[in-house]
Amino acid sequence: MDFSNFLWMRDELSLLAVILILFLYDTFGSDKSRRAFSTVACILLAAQTAFMLIPATAGEAFGGMYHTSPAINIVKIVLNIGTLLVLIQAIPWVKTADVVIRRGEFFILTLMTLFGMYLMISSGNFLLFFIGLETASLPLTALVAIEKYKQNSYEAAAKYVFVALFSSSLLLMGLSFIYGAVGTLYYHDIALAIGNVTKSIAGSPLLYVGIVLFLAGMGFKISIVPFHLWTADVYQGAPTSITAYLSVISKGAAAFALMVILFKTFAPVAIVWQYVLWGLIVITITVGNLFAVRQKNLKRFMAFSSISQAGYILLGVIAGSATGMTSLIYYVLVYIFSNLAVFGIISVVENATGKVNIDDYNGLYRTNPRLSVAMMLALFSLAGIPPFAGFFSKFFIFFAAAEQGFYVLVFIALLNTVISLYYYLLVVKAMFIKQDDCAIPALKSDTASRINITICVIGVLVIGLLSCIYTAIDAHAFGM
Amino acid sequence: MEIFNYSFIILLLPMLMFVTLGLCGHKMSHRTAGMLGTSGLFIITVLAYIVAAQYFTMPRIDGVFATVTPYNFTWLQFTESLIIKLGILLDPISVMMLVVITTVSLMVHIYSLGYMHGETGFQRYYAFLSLFTFSMLGLVVATNIFQMYIFWELVGASSYLLIGFYYTKQSAVAASKKAFIVTRFADLGFLIGILLLSFFTKTFDFETLTNGSVSLIDTAAGKSFLGISAASWAMALIFMGGAGKSAMFPLHIWLPDAMEGPTPVSALIHAATMVVAGVYLVARLFPVYVIQTPDVLMFITVIGAITALYAAIVACVQTDIKRVLAFSTISQIAFMIVALGVCTSMELDHEGHGGLGYMASMFHLFTHAMFKALLFLGAGAIIHAVHSNEMSAMGGLRKYMPITHITFLIACLAIAGIPPFSGFFSKDEILAAAFDKSAFWGIWMSLVAGLTAFYMFRLYFNIFWGKEAHHEHTPHEAPKTMTIPLLFLAVVTCFAGFIPFGNFVTPTGLSYDIHLNWTVAGTSIAIAIIGIALATWLYMKPNDKPTRMADSMRSLHTWAYHRFYFDEIYLFVTHKIIFRYICAPIAWFDRHIIDGTMNLMATATQWASYHIRGLQSGRLQSYAVVFLFGALLVAFIVLCCM
Repeated sequence: MDFSNFLWMRDELSLLAVILILFLYDTFGSDKSRRAFSTVACILLAAQTAFMLIPATAGEAFGGMYHTSPAINIVKIVLNIGTLLVLIQAIPWVKTADVVIRRGEFFILTLMTLFGMYLMISSGNFLLFFIGLETASLPLTALVAIEKYKQNSYEAAAKYVFVALFSSSLLLMGLSFIYGAVGTLYYHDIALAIGNVTKSIAGSPLLYVGIVLFLAGMGFKISIVPFHLWTADVYQGAPTSITAYLSVISKGAAAFALMVILFKTFAPVAIVWQYVLWGLIVITITVGNLFAVRQKNLKRFMAFSSISQAGYILLGVIAGSATGMTSLIYYVLVYIFSNLAVFGIISVVENATGKVNIDDYNGLYRTNPRLSVAMMLALFSLAGIPPFAGFFSKFFIFFAAAEQGFYVLVFIALLNTVISLYYYLLVVKAMFIKQDDCAIPALKSDTASRINITICVIGVLVIGLLSCIYTAIDAHAFGM
Repeated sequence: MEIFNYSFIILLLPMLMFVTLGLCGHKMSHRTAGMLGTSGLFIITVLAYIVAAQYFTMPRIDGVFATVTPYNFTWLQFTESLIIKLGILLDPISVMMLVVITTVSLMVHIYSLGYMHGETGFQRYYAFLSLFTFSMLGLVVATNIFQMYIFWELVGASSYLLIGFYYTKQSAVAASKKAFIVTRFADLGFLIGILLLSFFTKTFDFETLTNGSVSLIDTAAGKSFLGISAASWAMALIFMGGAGKSAMFPLHIWLPDAMEGPTPVSALIHAATMVVAGVYLVARLFPVYVIQTPDVLMFITVIGAITALYAAIVACVQTDIKRVLAFSTISQIAFMIVALGVCTSMELDHEGHGGLGYMASMFHLFTHAMFKALLFLGAGAIIHAVHSNEMSAMGGLRKYMPITHITFLIACLAIAGIPPFSGFFSKDEILAAAFDKSAFWGIWMSLVAGLTAFYMFRLYFNIFWGKEAHHEHTPHEAPKTMTIPLLFLAVVTCFAGFIPFGNFVTPTGLSYDIHLNWTVAGTSIAIAIIGIALATWLYMKPNDKPTRMADSMRSLHTWAYHRFYFDEIYLFVTHKIIFRYICAPIAWFDRHIIDGTMNLMATATQWASYHIRGLQSGRLQSYAVVFLFGALLVAFIVLCCM
């Protein structure tokens, strides 16, 4: 057997090595030595990220089961950066008495989901894709339930696992329909078969239903309306760091995987999925916004905000071009920084006071000016106000969609950004304008949270202005 | 070129200082903030001098100083030709400007340590000074017109902050707004001009524009608007931006009001740096103006000449010393503009003098920056001593403030054009250039030069001689931090005229020996002496001659005192015409149509979000149902449509 195939999987193998080291460390390390566990985990992941920065080449292994390319490598780096930030953010939380015994599990399970996402992105065959998807989903259930003595947490976990199973079964059914229509599960072969005019697979209803069910399954991961209903409950119930992870990394990975599959596999029937996505995007953005307007709980609020953001992310998919891919990756990158800044602040406040309602933030600026300004910048970025990074990412993704002629869609998305501005500003208003006699007292955040929030805010301020980031992504992106 | 690799520090350091002082200033003591700002600027000044020394000692290539761009990186690339770059361009005029800006800015930094002592917001003041210096330095080293525009706007914004530094004072706030709006209005023209110019030539780059490789005339051939060619429009609109910043008639109205800022700010912004940005802009694009659009250059001459005379007349009757200096500045800037305008070619050697004005203008910019900063700083010392801007509160101050007195006198002699002070040499070259063009412009500008001598000495005598005003406490000499900059600038003013300026800055770059044309020089000295003599006769001793003279020309005096009612005209046009007939309907449209649409959207959003809230029930079973039916519905629609 030729083992050189494994060399293509350097990203996966290095991550696996990190997981293995952490696992052994957690199992055999003494209590005393394990005090540094969180730090070591972060450093190892940072080292692995640095290792992945070595430029990758395109290639495939195991007879086309596994694919890699510079673009895929970039996405993995982006996911790694996000995961790293989530881990840093979680450090103070895992120190709390309830969680500290499950510290090892938290880090290892999080990295396991990341491993699953790697496989999802890199797969060249629907089977491997499905394994990746499940590897990414199942540990997340455990993570959501990690505070298992809290009712919210296990309720969220129960809902998550049920909906995840439900969506997986639909997705599997979709895959079997596709297999039934085409007779293969390799992306490359499917594309060839559909593209072959003489076989007339392109018109088969079986294929269409398969694609729709596949989209529905993915819609669960990305939380597209109407497959989104679990989102708010799970986000609210899960520990904040896990919520942060769900809202950016899990979503970003799934969106990219969806895009790669649609580009590579279903390009010949692009018209079908573009129509489906068109409708899904419109209702996703709109419904997400409509619900976000009414939320009182900040984590639920962020859940609906992330639903509408998912709609914007899909604009890059629907474009189907290299610009679309670049702008999607860029959007996810910016979204990671903005959203994690918000979640970082939520978790600082929650860890210290246990408060998560928007009203609790009234008068925060008086007591915690720096925290409030950081929150404001992150929210401005989410809303897409220049000159923060969020503006540029929205601009590029709208540009990508408009370039392909989706003017109406872009217009609807633009209208929705106005609504989103309203509810993001509600939070800013609470912090800066509303007064409260019993506002949250001045908080003393720990080093990890500070590092995390600082990095995120710098990201929000700088990424948009550094054109080299966009250019670097653009150099490797590909279209249909 | 590698030897200038350090030049980026000149831009980076003031930016860093702004950020540091702006973010952490409130935690520092006044002293620390002031010393930090000043020492930072000292480093920048030393670097600028090193740049100048290295640049002007480089071997000339074909007798010309090469243009050096140590940095020029692509910032934004939209298409193949639409590229915005940021970089540093070093050529004789930008190097000269670096020296001028850093010198004056350093003097102002030192001076402010004493002048602003104990003010609230001291740290903020130094932060703004750093920001201003950064913007101005970025402006002069811009490699392309778009970078210049970016820094141009930054200069506008930072000057807005500085003029409105006393933001609790109503008049200061109004003045800062006025300055910002007027210059911004002019910048609109500038922007349109830039777009026109780059649309035709397909480049923003100064070097490409000026070295003759693209011709605006050729690329814009055949296009015209209102009977004026597109090329002329582009260059005239670009000049409009310059006219706004340089306070040229009729966009001059902001400068006198801008005197509401702290006096050192006036010295920095309204004497030496920001107001010459317009002159610098024209000089930067000089080859385009002189070769391709001489008609615009003619227009520039006319504007400059009107401004020079107008400002000089107004300066004769103002009673607020900073206003006199403000109008004097406008008039002197107009001298530089006229000098550029009267050029007929790039030549400057033994055969042709067509480009003499360019050299003269840059020379005057240099000398004027020094002596006008000196005048403003001196005025600051006086105001500091008597706590008033009005001449009537002064008089007889020479006994109390000897250093200020002597340095102020030197500056007055320089601006009046008395040899051997620097102003004489540069002004003489301007007059020579004007006479070269035509006797009309020569006589006109000589007359203005005479008026200059008169109003400057009127100011001088009213402050230091004349009747001693009643003071609440005896005026005293300013502290050392304020007198040292005065002395330094006075020394520069005495000797700057002997700099062989023609060796460094000429339109073609070839060395040129300045020689005095004694006919012109004699005339200008004579007319300056007449002006001074008249002022001496009227104002040296307390008497009623000035009042009688004012009475005999009552209407002219009133008109000049009210600055020919230009502010009133502007107020009338804006309030009565623009606000009422243009802004009011737009406001109505905005309030009812635009806001109405938004309100409708908001109402619809609220309504819809209220009605669909039941969807999020929290029951897992219903989630699954929605999920499944959602998927089936989509599948159904797809099957029906395909």
